[in-house]
Amino acid sequence: MAHTATANASNATGEKKIATFHVFRGEGEKGEIKEYKVPVESGMVVLDAMHYIQGYQSPDLAVRWNCKAAKCGSCSAEVNGIPSLMCKTRLDHLDLSQPIEVQPLKTFPLIRDLVTDVSWNYQVNKTIKPFTPPDNKPEDWRYYQDDVDRIQEFRKCIECFLCQDTCHVLRNHQRKDAFAGPRFMIRLASLEMHPMDQADRLKFIKEKAGIGLCNITKCCTEVCPEEIRITDNGIIPLKERVVDRYYDPVLWLLRQFGFVR
Amino acid sequence: MSIAFETHTHDVLVIGAGGAGLRAAIEVSAQGLSVALVCKSLLGKAHTVMAEGGAAAALGNVDPQDGWQPHFKDTMRGGKFMNNWRSAELHAKQAPDRIRELELWGAVFDRTPDGKISQRAFGGHTYKRLAHVGDRTGLELIRTLQDKGIHSGIDVFMECTISQLLKDADGRVTGAFGYWRESGRFVVFNAKAVILATGGTGKAWKVTSNSWEYTGDGQSLAYEAGAELQDMEFIQFHPTGMVWPPGVRGILVTEGVRGEGGILRNSKGERFMFKYLPESTRHMFAETEAEAKQWVDEVLAGKPATVRRPPELSTRDNVALAIYAEVKEGRGTPHGGAFLDISYQDPDRVKRKLPSMYHQFKELADVDITKAPMEVGPTMHYTMGGIKVNPDTQMSAVQGLFACGEVAAGLHGANRLGGNSLSDLLVFGRLAGLGAVEYAKQYGATPKATEDQVKAAADALMAPFERSGEGPYEIHRDLQEIMQNKVGIVRTEEDLKAAVSELDAIQKRVEKVSVDGSIQFNPGWHLAQDLKNMVTVSRAVAKCALERRESRGGHTRLDYPDYSEPLSKVNAVIRKGADGQMEYNQAPLPELPAELKKLFEEDKK
Repeated sequence: MAHTATANASNATGEKKIATFHVFRGEGEKGEIKEYKVPVESGMVVLDAMHYIQGYQSPDLAVRWNCKAAKCGSCSAEVNGIPSLMCKTRLDHLDLSQPIEVQPLKTFPLIRDLVTDVSWNYQVNKTIKPFTPPDNKPEDWRYYQDDVDRIQEFRKCIECFLCQDTCHVLRNHQRKDAFAGPRFMIRLASLEMHPMDQADRLKFIKEKAGIGLCNITKCCTEVCPEEIRITDNGIIPLKERVVDRYYDPVLWLLRQFGFVR
Repeated sequence: MSIAFETHTHDVLVIGAGGAGLRAAIEVSAQGLSVALVCKSLLGKAHTVMAEGGAAAALGNVDPQDGWQPHFKDTMRGGKFMNNWRSAELHAKQAPDRIRELELWGAVFDRTPDGKISQRAFGGHTYKRLAHVGDRTGLELIRTLQDKGIHSGIDVFMECTISQLLKDADGRVTGAFGYWRESGRFVVFNAKAVILATGGTGKAWKVTSNSWEYTGDGQSLAYEAGAELQDMEFIQFHPTGMVWPPGVRGILVTEGVRGEGGILRNSKGERFMFKYLPESTRHMFAETEAEAKQWVDEVLAGKPATVRRPPELSTRDNVALAIYAEVKEGRGTPHGGAFLDISYQDPDRVKRKLPSMYHQFKELADVDITKAPMEVGPTMHYTMGGIKVNPDTQMSAVQGLFACGEVAAGLHGANRLGGNSLSDLLVFGRLAGLGAVEYAKQYGATPKATEDQVKAAADALMAPFERSGEGPYEIHRDLQEIMQNKVGIVRTEEDLKAAVSELDAIQKRVEKVSVDGSIQFNPGWHLAQDLKNMVTVSRAVAKCALERRESRGGHTRLDYPDYSEPLSKVNAVIRKGADGQMEYNQAPLPELPAELKKLFEEDKK
């Protein structure tokens, strides 16, 4: 934000601490680490430093951001190797004696500098059957807070895609063809657990979203800035539903005779 | 040389994908026409996501006395009767249906004990009226509309900036020209009707709750196309923005904190809001701390209130000025704000009702709000003025050009009530969609941009690369200084006159702005484009503020502290004159019809 940069400049007393940043710069396949020196303000976050670089050193540094308050999930990057929101990564929580490394998300194709192509996520979302209410909704729907506490947790997701970035099925094994990723597992969970939803997505969850590929290492939960318990509260209960439906021997038998789905 | 560009053709083009744009696009699609939705950011990141406290709609779930009439009256009173009465009437009547419809699309609002949509208190609302989800209502709303939208056959174009509207020889809008932020390549949208839903212009100020996107694009595009801008002087400074640390100065602290019983105190520990209540509304608020406490106790117990609400729930213009005055008179907090305290309540409840405030302060400011007060101060938040539209169709003075949400004027008058913007964008997003459909159906064959139009628009966009000299960041910083210091929360003739002439100088610098680098995702180039819009809108704000020699709502003049009777009957109107210069005029404010006037007279009995 430009006003931060102004404050930095005008408050300079000569005693200011300087942080060194190693920022990835480049397009497509080509790229290199460039070094920048940034004066440190109290309470400063990594995104402030990127804005300082834009405002005073390199106006074409590409970075996505919007709200600057960890509510929109735009400024995702890898800070010292950890998938993070730059707007809530405080400099005073980092070791400033070493250069701070800022890299783009690795799981998605690079566009330029810190900006990656996350459009795959939007394509996945489109394949998910939307919320499906019953045919006759009364004017005032009644359902209770206890019934929706869990899905409200899932609906806190700000689509920063840090969980997608860190998920080894997507990051290391590059299985975007077979696995929807943690973000969409909790999206699916929020629909499946909605007390008023009428659709059935279990076949999709098993076959298209590929829930079996998740081996619950919980890396996604660790990086979630909204502290959604993605694995414990979302993925594991969905796995249980899939198991109950498709791997219960009695149900399997009944299905063979067409008694159940 | 012919210019390379791609073309997309739809019945209707919607520019801006916050709540208003999404709701408009959903409506166009539901009516069977094709629609393109263009946004500067990724889908779902627009400023609607930052709305925290709730959406105002007279559902009457918590306070059954509520209805459209009290909501209408609160909106008009809050707007100091500068509102377009028809906008306020449509809004109050239609908001409840728009909220219920969201449930049908998958939104999950907080519930009352008997399982209905819960509603909370907010400034200026007589009854508990805000449907909410903790303090992340905007996220719920945008995500719901986004998920509805992507299954509605809308073509979404993300990270695309529109730089110009296109018109035909008859003056009708025919589409728009822009560029992909990612690649820098050009794109033309042909459409029979265009809906602007681009939000506000906060980035022209130094301390703002707005993100980089809010650069007055829609207002400026409309102005250049010949539409009128109305009441631009009315700027909402939200009373509670963060004041520390510097990097987050201005970030919003939801009014929900006060709705849940948050108390404002100065550095001497005085609960100062009691003394800042305007005479006209004083009777509606608690007189003593004991009465205010009883109201909070009743709210916490989930009971209807039997006493009057705390003074912190006065309207935003008033609370912002009170904090400003306390700081000015030397009773500010260490970082120059006021203390906002919710720590006297049960910590678990605070974390449940205000989870993102809890995290925001803990992570960004090292303050645990369940143990200590927050420091807050005014921050530029919202533009009440905007494109002048017909309230029923949302069409501007330009044929085929529509506007809805923050970019349009009318509903909020001189001051917006908290919670009225989320319901605004639902109600008027839908009406703009309907208006555009009605218009497009009668239009005939879809228009097509001419080569000359494209060339002129492309040349204008590329011009900063051809020049050498001053870059956009420096000009932006200077613009923000002018708006912050001279067109801020309190204004004077002297400052405004200076601002008008300094903004003319800024305009000249913007005309010569230069950028380096490639056209691929180049923020400097993007800012150069946004800067043009910010300057146009800033000039309109300063001109209107200079001419309104009175204090009203979000426009406070130190040299004219009272209401002016003649000015209470006029809206300000800005348009581009035939000579290309910005023209200021006044238009008579539409008069309340007798049956609506009666609603206010009943109160006096």
